[in-house]
Amino acid sequence: MLKKIKEFIIERLIFLSGIASIVFVLLIFIFLLKEGISIFKTVGLFDFLSGRFWYPISDPPKLGILPLIMGSLLVTLGAVVIAVPLGIASAFYIAEVASPRVRDALKSCVEVLSAIPSVVLGFIGMVTLVPFVKALFKIPTGLTAFSGSIMLAFMALPTIISISEDAINAVPRQYKEGAIALGATHWQTLYRVIIHGAMPGVIAASMLGIGRVIGETMAVMMITGNAAVIPTTFLQPVRTLTATIAAEMGETVRGSEHYYALFAIGIVLFVISFLINVTADLFLHKDKR
Amino acid sequence: MSAIEIRGLNLYYGKFQALINVNMAVEAKRITALIGSSGCGKSTLLRCINRMNDLIEDVRTEGSVKVDGAEIYKVRPDFVKLRKKVGMVFQRPNPFPLSVYENVAFGPRIHHMARGSELDGIVEASLKDVLLWDDLKDKLKRSALGLSLEQRQRLCIARLIAVRSEVLLMDEPCSALDPMATLKIEELMQRLKKDYTIIIVTHNMQQAARVSEDTGFMLLGELVEFGRTEEIFTKPRDKRTEDYITGRFG
Ligand SMILES: Nc1ncnc2c1ncn2[C@@H]1O[C@H](COP(=O)(O)OP(=O)(O)OP(=O)(O)O)[C@@H](O)[C@H]1O
Ligand SMILES: [Mg+2]
Repeated sequence: MLKKIKEFIIERLIFLSGIASIVFVLLIFIFLLKEGISIFKTVGLFDFLSGRFWYPISDPPKLGILPLIMGSLLVTLGAVVIAVPLGIASAFYIAEVASPRVRDALKSCVEVLSAIPSVVLGFIGMVTLVPFVKALFKIPTGLTAFSGSIMLAFMALPTIISISEDAINAVPRQYKEGAIALGATHWQTLYRVIIHGAMPGVIAASMLGIGRVIGETMAVMMITGNAAVIPTTFLQPVRTLTATIAAEMGETVRGSEHYYALFAIGIVLFVISFLINVTADLFLHKDKR
Repeated sequence: MSAIEIRGLNLYYGKFQALINVNMAVEAKRITALIGSSGCGKSTLLRCINRMNDLIEDVRTEGSVKVDGAEIYKVRPDFVKLRKKVGMVFQRPNPFPLSVYENVAFGPRIHHMARGSELDGIVEASLKDVLLWDDLKDKLKRSALGLSLEQRQRLCIARLIAVRSEVLLMDEPCSALDPMATLKIEELMQRLKKDYTIIIVTHNMQQAARVSEDTGFMLLGELVEFGRTEEIFTKPRDKRTEDYITGRFG
């Protein structure tokens, strides 16, 4: 009897924790939506997304987030171009080429890299990468989209490497054996067979890496220069969506247009991340089927 | 000269000896069956002939294996050439996650044998040889993973035909198939026999009796008896062979 009651209570507790996580997510989302939507009473959705000027404290305020979207996209694009090929190549090296000892060492390094807090990476980037970029390109400031991309690439790498590596290891052994039994060399087996088997997982890994990059705040705020102008090159300061929220939320008046606009930026970020995660999920599930 | 000649072959997985002094001479253009209970070393012996055992860590081999008169153990052979000549069909059909066409074209591509329309010709001829062409000629671009098990196994055989393998090593090629499909693969083997030397490992003694000319019986790592199939099955010389065969049939 006592046992039954115990079981009953435990079951309920587990159920409640499960429900709680859903409820919290919903509450957060509702709150975000409620606060963010208010901005559209004064600024149209289209104007908000495509406005070229972000002067939130001028009078009247100009609340166009196109420069911020462009900033985020540019920094992300740069990070993707660096991190995806590098990450996939590393994953193949770790999974297929490296000797067991090298593999273990590399995997530990990747773990350490993922454990570095982003503010620390940002700080390191600020004192090393930024002056380097400035000197290399002979530009007035090293706080550029390019520097941000490099730093973000470091943050995306652990995700891309470890998930791609899992996908490569999950490719059935029989494919590899079949290819080798046909006389394929290790390299031919790799790029003609294994890569096809691992592709869905590798794409998902890249998407998750991108998701991580788009949501990153601290490091980009420290490194990208935070100028809210529509960028034309990689070598100029930009401001991202995330950095805008983080930098301005503290100094805005609750209930002001500016305040609501920051929440609306939150919605935009949420939608972007959501889409990326859904895409990644699609590929991961395709993998399982 | 025999197509494959094995002399004094010992193989160790670490400390465990899986093959004990195996001697065997396989004739060209015949089907040779290897039978024996589970774990007696049939797959291990088969995988010695294309040196697939080299993929496993901590394997040691002694003795000599000659393919077409060329020693493949004492000196380091050209693995690419060896495996092109000695193809392997696996227990579970393992087409690549590519299209039907790309599966067959895989071998010719990696061995730089053909391209363009010449490659199309090889793919067509190979699929015809395994009687898949009529079913698949309009589906060459489809993924091979969508085929039936029997079709997949045929495709795996077509892959070897496409590189003009001379020896086909088949490790229980029908164990994943139903009886009808099994019979069809056996028919295919009979058709291929005139051009290929085939060695088949099987658990199914009826199958060995049906398809093979020669049979080898293995027990605990030893090749106990090797000879004409009907002799092995009707008047085995070794008591152990007789026990195994009567035990299975009786
Ligand atoms: N990679 C390996 N490492 C260690 N031992 C192995 C390995 N592969 C096979 N063995 C052992 O070698 C012996 C022979 O194995 P093998 O797979 O050749 O047998 P088999 O006759 O093909 O069996 P089955 O009919 O079950 O396929 C078995 O005792 C097995 O446990
Ligand atoms: Mg076996």
